Amino acid sequence: MSEPMDVLTARQQAAQRGQWRRLPLIDSPRLRWGIVVAVVVYLILALASVEVDWERVAEGAGRALNFLGAFMQPDFISRYDDILEGLLESLTMTLTSTVLGVLLAIPVGLGAARNISPLPVYFVCRAIIAVSRTFQEVIIAILFVVMFGFGPLAGMITLAFATIGFMAKLLAEDIEDLDWRQVEAVRATGASWGQTMNHAIQPQVMPRLIGLSMYRLDINFRESSVIGIVGAGGIGATLDTSLSRYEYDTSAAILLIIIAIVLLCEYSSSHVRRWTQ
Amino acid sequence: MPVSTTSQGLPVWRRRTTRAQWLQYLAWLMGVSLFLICWKMISDNTMWVFVEDAGRQGADLISRKMPPEWGYANVLWKPMWDTLNIATLGTLLGIIMAFPIAFLAARNTTPHPLVRSIALMVIVSSRSINSLIWAMLLVTILGPGVLAGIIAIALRSIGFVGKLLYESIEEIHPTPVEAISATGASRLQVMNYGVLPQIMPAFAGISVYRWDINIRESTVLGLVGAGGIGLQLNASINSLAWDQVSVIFVMIFVTVLVSEWISARVRHAIM
Repeated sequence: MSEPMDVLTARQQAAQRGQWRRLPLIDSPRLRWGIVVAVVVYLILALASVEVDWERVAEGAGRALNFLGAFMQPDFISRYDDILEGLLESLTMTLTSTVLGVLLAIPVGLGAARNISPLPVYFVCRAIIAVSRTFQEVIIAILFVVMFGFGPLAGMITLAFATIGFMAKLLAEDIEDLDWRQVEAVRATGASWGQTMNHAIQPQVMPRLIGLSMYRLDINFRESSVIGIVGAGGIGATLDTSLSRYEYDTSAAILLIIIAIVLLCEYSSSHVRRWTQ
Repeated sequence: MPVSTTSQGLPVWRRRTTRAQWLQYLAWLMGVSLFLICWKMISDNTMWVFVEDAGRQGADLISRKMPPEWGYANVLWKPMWDTLNIATLGTLLGIIMAFPIAFLAARNTTPHPLVRSIALMVIVSSRSINSLIWAMLLVTILGPGVLAGIIAIALRSIGFVGKLLYESIEEIHPTPVEAISATGASRLQVMNYGVLPQIMPAFAGISVYRWDINIRESTVLGLVGAGGIGLQLNASINSLAWDQVSVIFVMIFVTVLVSEWISARVRHAIM
């Protein structure tokens, strides 16, 4: 303890002389300067390898203005049917995939919690989580579109698969952190495995599970708006088409609808979370 | 406490009142029917002929992916470097922009409620639009290339970093802030010495966390032309070179796992 005290008195004396400086974020000077040097070297290398076609950028500036203009007057009317269809598809995909994903995530999450599952099951479940979390939804969507054909079914399976990794990981972490005394108490009454799960573990993780499901619903909607680009249904396909046809006013309308729905989702999910906790 | 009475007149404990019980049944009924309606819509829009084929298609896909064409990895180093750059530079640009916005959006540091609602609006719109959509827009504006990817990642990161950061600014301890302002410090000095030291660890943690998410996101930006390994992925898929695709998948998998590990280590060290 003597060394920090020395440092402290030295700092106090320096402060009395009027030379006070705040404590650095990283204590060890070697690490601090090492990080600075590494960052500078990396930035030089990285910026040198970024190729920018400035002529093309200048050419595109006009389009940026067009796009901003379109945002001022979004066009909801002329592609009304396509937007509505895409939107409904996105919403249905979101809902079904979240429900299925959460249902499937529960067993995987139980298996991936080190304190309640045997080692082989643990490894299998952790592997499922790793695979599902590593690949971006769009990549998974490509594979499922090849397997199941174009359309919302592929999208739904993609989102459900991504939901499994997300929910199972957080659920497993939650179970690993839970209050073990309650589990012991329930076990001491002679409860079976299923009864232990139902009466000791489930009540402890349920509020967070509901909160996370709502959060995932929100994420799934946002993702469902892009997986359409690779043919997995939803509003993404409509958006992609409108952009490639340069119908920026329609694209702007779609983006505004997406923002509005996400806001609505977020607002209601924060309500639900407050209500469950 | 909800209690019902048996025929002998003995009280029996029940978990819910009759009304609450019925309301719960009703909620379940509505939830299940909503799910079934959605499922019906999806199944109407599906070509079931293709789905029946799925097992065979999947097996076919796997057989085409094996064995991976490992030699192809040599072509991938440059795109992978680009992907890392998109993620890292994009995150840097994003956090630089998110930092002031978070201060404007936090209730205790904002200069004016009106400014706060504008900052919140910026955060929400950045969060709602996926980086892939940002990339699509930017590719039409800036042309294909790494630059569009970097800016797309940056724009998406503003919302994420901004939201988490302004929440942690709102949760700071007020006493250091009061102490600093009691010395007669100006508004900026209060921010600098009272607020900043308290949020720095959270800020570093959030940034590293977003960087790790951005690595994952930047692997697909190439699908819409915004540079990185996604371009190669798109090319290989379009030419049905599935043995190359599996090499790309392995590379993405390893990169994402490593970045996730680094980010977890850094956050563990900070928090």
